[in-house]
Amino acid sequence: MPIDILMPALSPTMEKGNLSRWLKKEGDKIKPGDVLAEIETDKATMEVEAVDEGVLAKIVVPAGTADVPVNNVIGLIAGEGEDPKSVAAPHTMPHPSAAQSHQPSSPSAQVRQESPTPASAPSASAPSPIASANGQHGPRIFASPLARRIAKESGLDLAAIAGSGPHGRVIERDVTAALAKAPARPAVEEGRAPSAPVPPSIPSDEVIRQNYALGSFEEVPHDLMRKTIARRLIEASRTIPHFYLTIDCNLDALMNLREAINEAAPKDKDGKPVYKISVNDFIVKALALALIRVPDANVTWTESAMLRHKHADVGVAVAIPSGLITPIVRAAETKTLSVISGEMKDFAARARARKLRPEEYQGGSTAVSNLGMFGIKSFSAIINPPQATILAIGAGEQRAIVKNGAPAVAMMMSVTLSCDHRAVDGAVGAALLAAFKALIEQPAGMLA
Amino acid sequence: MAESYDILIIGGGPGGYVAAIRAAQLGFKTAVVEREHLGGICLNWGCIPTKALLRSAEIFHHLNHAKDYGLTVEGKIGFDAAAIVQRSRVVSAQLNNGVGFLLKKNKVDVIWGEATITKPGEVLVSTSKKPAMQPQHAIPKRTLGAGTYAAKHILIATGARPRVLPGLEPDGKLIWTYFEAMAPEKFPDSLIVIGSGAIGIEFASFYRSMGTKVTVIEILPQILPAEDAEIAAHARKRFEKQGIEIFTSAKVTKIEKKPEGIVATLEDGKGTWVLETERIISAVGVVGNVENLGLEALGVKTEHGVIATDGLGRTNIAGLYAIGDVAGPPMLAHKAEHEGVICVEAIKGLDPHPLDKTMIPGCTYCSPQVASVGLTEAKAKELGLDVKIGRFPFIGNGKAIALGEPDGLVKTIFDAKTGKLVGAHMVGAEVTELIQGFVIAMNCETTEVELINSVFPHPTLSEAMHESVLDAYGRVIHM
Repeated sequence: MPIDILMPALSPTMEKGNLSRWLKKEGDKIKPGDVLAEIETDKATMEVEAVDEGVLAKIVVPAGTADVPVNNVIGLIAGEGEDPKSVAAPHTMPHPSAAQSHQPSSPSAQVRQESPTPASAPSASAPSPIASANGQHGPRIFASPLARRIAKESGLDLAAIAGSGPHGRVIERDVTAALAKAPARPAVEEGRAPSAPVPPSIPSDEVIRQNYALGSFEEVPHDLMRKTIARRLIEASRTIPHFYLTIDCNLDALMNLREAINEAAPKDKDGKPVYKISVNDFIVKALALALIRVPDANVTWTESAMLRHKHADVGVAVAIPSGLITPIVRAAETKTLSVISGEMKDFAARARARKLRPEEYQGGSTAVSNLGMFGIKSFSAIINPPQATILAIGAGEQRAIVKNGAPAVAMMMSVTLSCDHRAVDGAVGAALLAAFKALIEQPAGMLA
Repeated sequence: MAESYDILIIGGGPGGYVAAIRAAQLGFKTAVVEREHLGGICLNWGCIPTKALLRSAEIFHHLNHAKDYGLTVEGKIGFDAAAIVQRSRVVSAQLNNGVGFLLKKNKVDVIWGEATITKPGEVLVSTSKKPAMQPQHAIPKRTLGAGTYAAKHILIATGARPRVLPGLEPDGKLIWTYFEAMAPEKFPDSLIVIGSGAIGIEFASFYRSMGTKVTVIEILPQILPAEDAEIAAHARKRFEKQGIEIFTSAKVTKIEKKPEGIVATLEDGKGTWVLETERIISAVGVVGNVENLGLEALGVKTEHGVIATDGLGRTNIAGLYAIGDVAGPPMLAHKAEHEGVICVEAIKGLDPHPLDKTMIPGCTYCSPQVASVGLTEAKAKELGLDVKIGRFPFIGNGKAIALGEPDGLVKTIFDAKTGKLVGAHMVGAEVTELIQGFVIAMNCETTEVELINSVFPHPTLSEAMHESVLDAYGRVIHM
């Protein structure tokens, strides 16, 4: 029997992924542990390893195929004594829709999402321009008939709605939730007269393109990470009532302590120090300790209850080519600066290689976003759901301050805390920032 | 400490044993504590043996109407009450045995006795003091016995028992619960059934078919109170035609026991009635078995006599879960099974969806059968839904006519705005076997379009379902 190579689930919630490339060709010998292919999800790239021995008889899903459902057959391995050619015969072809390649250059492979509605459906006669504009391109969207109808009649783009049904299917509650969040649209007159198509809440791609002369731009299709960033940040800015608190911190003591700690670092056999603590490592630790001191701020909002976290899991935004990701230092309050520093170096390296595991970037109660290295004085960040706060770090710089009634020069840093007002009220956010500032300005407290 | 488990389930009914099998499939070391009979009320004293009794009644009815089908039966058509009951016990025993086999096959330990939760993670099992209902099936071989058992997760699946009305306390002789009604020494000549829910109506239907004079007393204005009013009215007409006397909005005010019967006084707003009867069946609902489990000492939260849970079976105490009847209505075996599976999968860290209680079907196996899922018309309107309603009678269905079952109705209710199927209600032959078609449709969130476009096989009773949908959209063919 030939062995099916299945699309793996890289996380419990993963429904589909992109098959970015094959590292083996048809006819190649395979032994267990060989890397067969690379799978890209919204956040990470993972390798598919062979479990069995044999010959790669057939590549069922070609490289560059987007949105391959988990557990679909992506290739076949011929076992010992089997003829790879006969194995390659399409006796175990996956479901046709799953094997579709969605490359724009092969229009025949595209799947239409909107099946024509019978004329009997009384209210479905006025086609929504948005639905059809978005419906003809891109991968097939799995949605229940009821979800499709409500989306169509409300002018919602199904592709923009995350499905919570079986296998990520978009179901009624997803659409009604999206509808509840969508900005109020002009009231359509009740009654029997067929109303004009509802104007879209977001202009269609076509409308945006018309602003620019043909040939004056290059079109780069979004990868999954870009789509995820867009979806999550829209969700965050639409659903989370943000407010912002800014405070200035004096870094003089911290810079001195940092120098002393780094000078004291033991050297490895190549003569390099085994750790080098950054200002950011101090910030992660200080924020974690501040959350433990102000437990009211160490929370996550849910509709039914407040989740009060027992540890401070601090995310750190890491910019990577064409995106960003926020790996999380778990229970950061319990970790030493050198441990935090080591974890961050590892996270940053693996984030750039897109090798982070989902459990390394999901959850957390807050995050740190640092643009100080670019000279940004201060800014405010969008909260990364389900977290309740995010701390935006500006540059450390020499500033003239007033100290004991006299002008003085000090190394100063402005930080801005964005808070989810559903979970963290103004005074709680202020208390958190005050605790943070105290730790930064008296950094020896972090070593206790 | 005798033994330590990942998951220990108190109660081996349909909720408990199904949860146990699923837990074992997921790799948990699992045990079930049972004090009386594997399979619970459902397959020992409920769903299953009553279906066996009703099957006897159905065949008896067909024999009596053999002439309608061109058949002749020689001699007197009669029955042997003891043999009918015996058959139902054999059916029950076979399934009871089957549950023991399934648990063994899945390497689930069975602990025989009464369980008390002494603290989260610990269960004390003692020898059961509750006298087993007779006739009792054999206790499975190789069970564990009394002792203290440890478990990371404890599922309470203790089910429910008949509700007792003051003044109408069952005595096992004149006033029966479903237990005695299911295994009588002889069938009574006259019978009052108090309560017209599924249990009451099924017994009323069974005994009427066997020739008993049956009176049904319901406190609410409608029999089968959970069902759509139109369906219940249709069923009532049929029952009355069969000779069942029905009082609604009625209350028993006085019971006088005599040596060989009862004199019951009832009021129904129109007057006071005095009825003489041989037996009374009290079928006024069931209550959760929450007692003697140690729940109070642990501070487990209960609401309206059942354990409060969160949709994944979790109680307010970590490590303690409740599923099935003891976790609240609807108190149905199929709901318990799903809750058990959902609870265990959530413990495993899988991502089960909480049970949508608006899509749990209900079936009553009286003659004619009643089956439904979703909202009744009254409830839909109460929720402010703008509805489209379709109806199709069995008289327009070829298969129903051929079967000699032309009395029936399929009613479908759609949300006019979205085409969502919000309710389906049926009365008639075999409708309990039909309702799952609508259940699947609702779970897949079909609209009327998919139902209309689906090809229903001809000739089947299911075509009446199709026609009902067509009727809701003004397109009915055979009417």
